[in-house]
Amino acid sequence: MIRYAVRRAALALVVVAGVVILTFVIADVVPGDPAATWAGPHASAAQIVRARQYLGLDQPLPVRIGKYFGGIVTGNWGISIHTHRPVLSDIGTAAPATLELVIAALVIAVAVGVPLGLAAARWPGSLLDHGIRAGSVLGVSMPVFWLALILQLIFAQRLRLLPVAGQYDPNLIFSHPLATRTQMPVVDSLISGNWAVLGSALRHLILPALVVAAYPAGVVARMTRAQLLDTLGETHVQMVRSLGFSERRVLGTFAMKLAWNPVAAVLALVFAYSLVNTFLVESIFDWPGLGSYAAASVSSLDTPAIVGVTLFIAVIYVASNLVVDVVQAALDPRIRLR
Amino acid sequence: MTALPAPAAPPPVPAPRRLAPLRRAVRASPLITAGGAIALLIVLAALAAPLLAPYPADAGSATHPEIALHAPSLRHLFGTDQVGRDVFSRVLYGARVSPLVALFVLLIACAVGIPLGVAAGYFGGVLDEIIMRVTDVFLAFPPLLLALAFATVLPASLTSLTIAIAITWWPWYTRLVRGQAASVAGRPYVEACRALGIQRWRILLRHVLPNSVTPVIVQVSLDVGGVILTASALSFLGLGAQDPTPDWGLMVAEGENYFTTQWWLVTYPGLAILLTALAFNLLGDGLRDVLDPRWVPGVRER
Repeated sequence: MIRYAVRRAALALVVVAGVVILTFVIADVVPGDPAATWAGPHASAAQIVRARQYLGLDQPLPVRIGKYFGGIVTGNWGISIHTHRPVLSDIGTAAPATLELVIAALVIAVAVGVPLGLAAARWPGSLLDHGIRAGSVLGVSMPVFWLALILQLIFAQRLRLLPVAGQYDPNLIFSHPLATRTQMPVVDSLISGNWAVLGSALRHLILPALVVAAYPAGVVARMTRAQLLDTLGETHVQMVRSLGFSERRVLGTFAMKLAWNPVAAVLALVFAYSLVNTFLVESIFDWPGLGSYAAASVSSLDTPAIVGVTLFIAVIYVASNLVVDVVQAALDPRIRLR
Repeated sequence: MTALPAPAAPPPVPAPRRLAPLRRAVRASPLITAGGAIALLIVLAALAAPLLAPYPADAGSATHPEIALHAPSLRHLFGTDQVGRDVFSRVLYGARVSPLVALFVLLIACAVGIPLGVAAGYFGGVLDEIIMRVTDVFLAFPPLLLALAFATVLPASLTSLTIAIAITWWPWYTRLVRGQAASVAGRPYVEACRALGIQRWRILLRHVLPNSVTPVIVQVSLDVGGVILTASALSFLGLGAQDPTPDWGLMVAEGENYFTTQWWLVTYPGLAILLTALAFNLLGDGLRDVLDPRWVPGVRER
């Protein structure tokens, strides 16, 4: 087991090294002339030359890759062009809000997707099954930025049931000041017992979280259904069935026990997908996270910031894959042999 | 990587048997039929856009400020946009933009990904190691993320958008085909070819390649929706098509500022994206059920 974990970790490190090189290519090789971009559109030739020296672009490629690597490892991820702050500290400031949003979305995805998958597996081939399947394909086919705008229009602008944007009501800043520890309003207000802010924060969270949940909910529902139908063929599940347990118990208790593992694995994988989907959602809801930061960086063509966010999410993705693989191998010895 | 059931004889398979699964699929699944029908309608709309659109010039640089932001009516079924263009005509012409991007992305991805996959799977060894480690690196990014990074550093245009997405898409095919090719390479009929002294490239082209690409067909039909969503998302962020190109994602982005009062600007192009992605996803889904019954859903596995 430990040998497997070490081997997987070593492989993940190689991949991360490759990821860093690929981001170097994006940051340094693909753009026509980063120095000209840095110096601005009205820069003189002399200014561009100075920018080139300042950015180290006059040095040979291997030296630049080495420096880039060194910077990444020591936490120097470059300076954002639009915020003029170090990219890594920008990411650190923005990440908690996004984490809160994505976790809320994944909770919704499980709360919706697993029961739907169970229902579909209970009556496979029925109208309900077809409906749930169509619904899950709909979730996967949804342009999230469009869903965000539509839900915002209906529930916030027209019906006025939910707030339009933001993390919580700004008026509460004075009446119920929030002690920030984690930068996540929901968690912070829970810790400090600030119920006014908690209520407001939850209401603000509903719409963006629902939008981000569309994709993972569809994936979870399909995964649950397929896994359940798979495990129904296993002998021990058939035995439980023949012992006369209700179909509900057979599916919900015995078959589902086996289905949780792959569902959890798929959740870890869609986590990174959802992080990227926040790029399209956060700016619509004025959510101060990584997604808003990335969208702003895209519109100002802020290469260091985009590359930083890209690297950050890719590393999270590789890490979550590693954790999934190792945990799965720990739970299921057959995997280690592959 | 699951191997397909070993074919009893190498191709060519008689034609009628190839169509049989398709017929079975249509009968078995209303979803695949619906998806196929909508997909066909979208393709037809793209082809016949000049005939169907009431104001073809509005898909280009024409502007009519005097009728800007009119609500949907019989004259303008989907209303008019911020410079007075007919939204219905633009949505129709939009069927020529992101679906075409998807077509080119998938063509490039297949052209690059399949040969690399066949080579890796058939030859194995160091070549296999190198190719697969490179795909590992590309697959370490969620597709939208890597495409976004590339599209940001390339000049904003449809060509850049296509290239950026294609760069992120080919490794999926390499991975898929590699597994197939590796299992085909060990089959007795390939061994027989080698024993007969048939040239290596001929074995590759005539025997390994055709027997490795079945899952690619399914994957391509599934990916059309994904690529259209990715392309629309990037256009929404301002990467890719620029005004006046009638791109659906761009139209949603342009309508965003007027959206609270002029709902039709965002609603219709977004619906077009949803419908297109849905149609191809249903179609691909059904095809997979028929051609690859052992498949398990979820995010594509690493």
